[in-house]
Amino acid sequence: MSGPAIRTAPSPGAPDAPAAAASAPSVSPAAAAAARAGFHHLHAGHCESGVTAALFAHGGIPIDEPMVFGIGSGVYFLHVPFLKVMGVPLTSYRTYPMAIFRKACKRLGVGYRRQRFLSRARARAALDALVDAGVPVALQGNLFWLSYFPREFRFQFNGHNFLVVGRSGSDYVISDPVLEAPVLCPASALDRARFARGPLTPRGLLYYPVSFPKTIDYRPAIRAALKDTTRAMLRPPVRLVGAAGIRYLADRVRLWPKTLSPERTRLYLGNIVRMQEEIGTGGGGFRFMYAAFLQRAGEELVHEPLLRASEMMTASGDGWRRFAEAAALVVKDRHEGRVTFEGLGDMLDAIAENERRVFTFLEANLPPA
Amino acid sequence: MREEDVPQDESPFYHGHLRACYAVGADGKYVVATSTGWSAERVATAQALADLENQVESVRRDVLAGSASPLSYHMATRQMTPRLLASNAGVWAWRVRRHLAPAGFARLSPRLLARYAEALSLSVEELVRVPSAPGRVFTDAELPAFPAGARGAKA
Repeated sequence: MSGPAIRTAPSPGAPDAPAAAASAPSVSPAAAAAARAGFHHLHAGHCESGVTAALFAHGGIPIDEPMVFGIGSGVYFLHVPFLKVMGVPLTSYRTYPMAIFRKACKRLGVGYRRQRFLSRARARAALDALVDAGVPVALQGNLFWLSYFPREFRFQFNGHNFLVVGRSGSDYVISDPVLEAPVLCPASALDRARFARGPLTPRGLLYYPVSFPKTIDYRPAIRAALKDTTRAMLRPPVRLVGAAGIRYLADRVRLWPKTLSPERTRLYLGNIVRMQEEIGTGGGGFRFMYAAFLQRAGEELVHEPLLRASEMMTASGDGWRRFAEAAALVVKDRHEGRVTFEGLGDMLDAIAENERRVFTFLEANLPPA
Repeated sequence: MREEDVPQDESPFYHGHLRACYAVGADGKYVVATSTGWSAERVATAQALADLENQVESVRRDVLAGSASPLSYHMATRQMTPRLLASNAGVWAWRVRRHLAPAGFARLSPRLLARYAEALSLSVEELVRVPSAPGRVFTDAELPAFPAGARGAKA
């Protein structure tokens, strides 16, 4: 590390992030505080589906993350070459932020409240009131300012979701589903994360369920979710989306070595791998999580075709993993004679074709109403 | 992915944390498995970090050479673009661009300096200086050699 003007933990007054991270695996004061608050921490693949599943479970609905992700119609694909995030084209394997939570609530009959704020003081007061009343609260915040993460994973992204389950002095007890245990976060860092500006600015957003149904009817929820997802993946309004979007990415990848410098080509490829794995997807760009959902749904509704679709979806996740391995060789510049851009494109085309088949099959074999 | 194939490649970037993954268990049922890291992901993360560190270092040299302002250095350490800094500081983007040049920065009022400092989570004193020696900002882990100026090429 370095000269006087660099501060590696950008949160004022916050302890250095790696130090906080290093202490995480043992039983921490944060874990103890979460346990006192009667909150069961959920270690999940992804932030929003994890937050939602943890909140539902706390409210007495026995549901896991894949079920929430599937019922919230989370699985998706999108590649927008002209929308640059940190200088590289936007690629996403899931639907837009808050969609999973809202759709899961609607389809399962869970009532919720959400609130944004203009003033930091009011946002903090509202959070404190809820947390002190024992209500676990979901927040949206900017990843870069969340000092409890290893700094290598902190980047300017406003759409991270996590839970606040308690207070400990001037710190908040955070149950972040992508971490394996609860952690502490200083109030100042939390304020900064909640009021970061730019794309997807959270404006202090907090949300929490307020009512749960007495009984859950999974059948209509799963049916509605499957219809929604198959339509989004098979008949997108533009070809940047869904199975067609994966095919479109294949075409773009083949073009990159002709139109971009080798360095940029590698950055672009690396970014796809990061969006697929690093951001927390449960592996394979959410495809394994979705396969888990199809399996659970097939068992719940005793509908065999969903189990078959689950296996097909697993194959898709495996395809994405193999693509990432090949792309990593290019990123490392160790690909000569092993991986070509044509070959990467072909891998993506095969994934696109497989996903088109999965969702066509699902659409034709919906569980009966 | 089968449960026994879940990679345990011990990514230095995880700092001992574990990643939750979905994998197929021995009985064919999906389970949540934990991973200490995956080499393919680590390669992509390392490259992104190397690119960011290079950007910060090249801006730091520009500042010392007098062709960029300290504001552009601190903006890079926060992974911000002029536009993002503009919305976080509540300043028009064209004004931010002007302040990224040494001449524009030199004319900054104390009030505006304080606003930038707040947006970047720095003190004003820190904002007006840059380190005299090269140093890492985003990681201490080993990074691949990455050609300088990769960003220089037009997108």
